Amino acid sequence: MSKKVLMQGNAACVAGAIKAGMRFFAGYPITPSTEIAEMASLKLPTVGGHFIQMEDELASMAAIIGASCVGVKSMTATSGPGFSLKQENIGYACMAEIPCVIVNVQRSGPSTGLPTSPSQGDVMQSRWGTHGDHPMIVLSPSSVTETYYLTIRAFNLAEKYKTPVILLMDEIIGHLREGIEINDEDVQIIERNKLDLNENKKGYEVSGDELVPSKHLQGNMKYNITGLSHGFDGFPTNNNKVAGELHERLMKKIDENKDDIVTYQEYKTDDADTIVVCFGGSARIVATAVDMAREEGYKVGMFRAITIWPSPEEALRKLSERVKRIIVVEHNYGQYLLEVQRIVNNPNCKIDFLGKVDGTVIIPDEVLKVIKEVK
Amino acid sequence: MASKLIEKYFRYEHLPQIWCQGCGNGIILRDVVKAIDDLGLDVDKTVIVSGIGCSSRAAGYLNFLTLHTTHGRAVAFATGIKMARPELNVIVLAGDGDLSAIGGNHLIHAARRNINITVIAFNNNIYGMTGGQYSPTTPTGDYGTTAPYGNIDRPFDIALLAKGAGATYVAKGDCFHVVQTTKLIRDGIKHNGFSIIEVADVCPTYYGRKNKKGNAVDMMTYQKENMISAEAALAMSEEERKGKIIVGKICENDYPELTEEYQKIIDRVMVK
Ligand SMILES: Cc1ncc(C[n+]2csc(CCOP(=O)(O)OP(=O)(O)O)c2C)c(N)n1
Ligand code: SF4
Repeated sequence: MSKKVLMQGNAACVAGAIKAGMRFFAGYPITPSTEIAEMASLKLPTVGGHFIQMEDELASMAAIIGASCVGVKSMTATSGPGFSLKQENIGYACMAEIPCVIVNVQRSGPSTGLPTSPSQGDVMQSRWGTHGDHPMIVLSPSSVTETYYLTIRAFNLAEKYKTPVILLMDEIIGHLREGIEINDEDVQIIERNKLDLNENKKGYEVSGDELVPSKHLQGNMKYNITGLSHGFDGFPTNNNKVAGELHERLMKKIDENKDDIVTYQEYKTDDADTIVVCFGGSARIVATAVDMAREEGYKVGMFRAITIWPSPEEALRKLSERVKRIIVVEHNYGQYLLEVQRIVNNPNCKIDFLGKVDGTVIIPDEVLKVIKEVK
Repeated sequence: MASKLIEKYFRYEHLPQIWCQGCGNGIILRDVVKAIDDLGLDVDKTVIVSGIGCSSRAAGYLNFLTLHTTHGRAVAFATGIKMARPELNVIVLAGDGDLSAIGGNHLIHAARRNINITVIAFNNNIYGMTGGQYSPTTPTGDYGTTAPYGNIDRPFDIALLAKGAGATYVAKGDCFHVVQTTKLIRDGIKHNGFSIIEVADVCPTYYGRKNKKGNAVDMMTYQKENMISAEAALAMSEEERKGKIIVGKICENDYPELTEEYQKIIDRVMVK
């Protein structure tokens, strides 16, 4: 059954999280993500879950990993400076393979920047913010409705691949209020198995081609969890072969499952010779600009990355093979642009960029102007 | 007795530990395990959490669910575990640097909240793992590899810091007086609220060598000969307490426990 309600993006995130089974939230207030903590504190006890406001973002990240280790689906939410503080423990969650969801409602940076202004400046930090090679899944919603469903998807991917998942929102969507229609009928939830405290198997054991350790956090209580390189029983090791195999598996479990993980949207691309690439809140502006340009006879379409990491590489490359021009539009100095430049391999396809870093929102006319500037 | 404890609680295949000969960590770990055994804690309902450091390696040797976390964050991880599943016993094992330098903020806030976890502070007055740098508990005037001219910082008293922050059970133990220290740990685990037992550790490799404290036996003998009870320490001036090893309960009091208070909220607002 579907129901229509007026909701803010941040609130939709909490509603989705609870639907996905979140029963623990730890956070520290920061604009423009604060409503997520506020909503979580209001809603969680009503479903028997727990909320805690920690002393900082390092602690919040640590707390949600701790909770997830004992079988409770967990989330934290933050913005800019707080996202920086979470990075070390995000790496821990990658290494120790702890499912959890980190929401970053981006704001303008660096440093305290423009706290209430929209930005998409954490694209690269969301991918590479923690030290060392590591896998990462990052999703970016473009509407309040999508925030609800993508939050659920973030939890599901976290459980399926036993890894932290980042929901990279922006102020545009976080603070947007719109009527949303929720239809939970088709929503699938990946449940954490109940902890069977007596089963004693090696937590990180994988057999053959298995990329995700099936026993890990699924009922085996008594083993070690560490951020150090470790063997099947989670005990630290200096053995380079074991360490190498672990690192390779961690990367492969995401890389080799891209088909399952990656999602994107194409809008009016069928006959397009020009494609505007975007993600998150920018997509709303781009879609409007595309419609405006179409009215003036320009053959232009939009390619929106929903899973921004891993990037929709194959689809974008395919598209770039048949268009003359790609315009990357994002609220930063050109971060996803770097990824698009890496992906596109067609010398006849020109890549242009429109970005903004002054805390204002790009308007459709600005995008339209770039579309029309056929050089 | 020790071998029985090893059989029952240790990951035998990973022994011996990585610690230096004469390190006090093994003694303190034995006290922790003895206290767990005395209390008959359910191994399957007890989670051991540690940070990063020589002492934090202790967790990995125990056959429980063990979390060897990030440097300084053990108490924050533990807070998440206890908050999410209050029925679990949560014990933190970490060093003085881990708990009072990089993790100082988490320690005082966990104490303030009075969440029912037990922290064992392995205080060897130095950063052991990284090779002997001075820590927040290195006495003024002592040496470390980053205090080659003597430490000019004023040290923390971890127990008093926790007490000041609101910890409802605080005690100090040492490596020599194992019976007393074990009892203090036992009482701390039993206590319903935030408890911390600061144990004077022995690091002959770095603290001992840098400060000419002799070998492990000399350092243990020092603890034996300079021990005073917590009550006796109370009557002494700061000057008189210098160099003394205090063993005993610093405070124990009742205060509403965090997860029980939260349960009251759940009982009130949960949609049945
Ligand atoms: C964020 C971070 N900073 C620094 C370190 C390096 N480091 C590892 S252990 C340690 C200090 C250990 O001292 P203590 O906590 O007192 O434990 P001990 O080794 O003495 O038992 C440091 C600084 C680290 N692992 N992580
Ligand atoms: S360096 Fe010190 S604390 Fe570390 S294992 Fe050796 S004696 Fe123990």
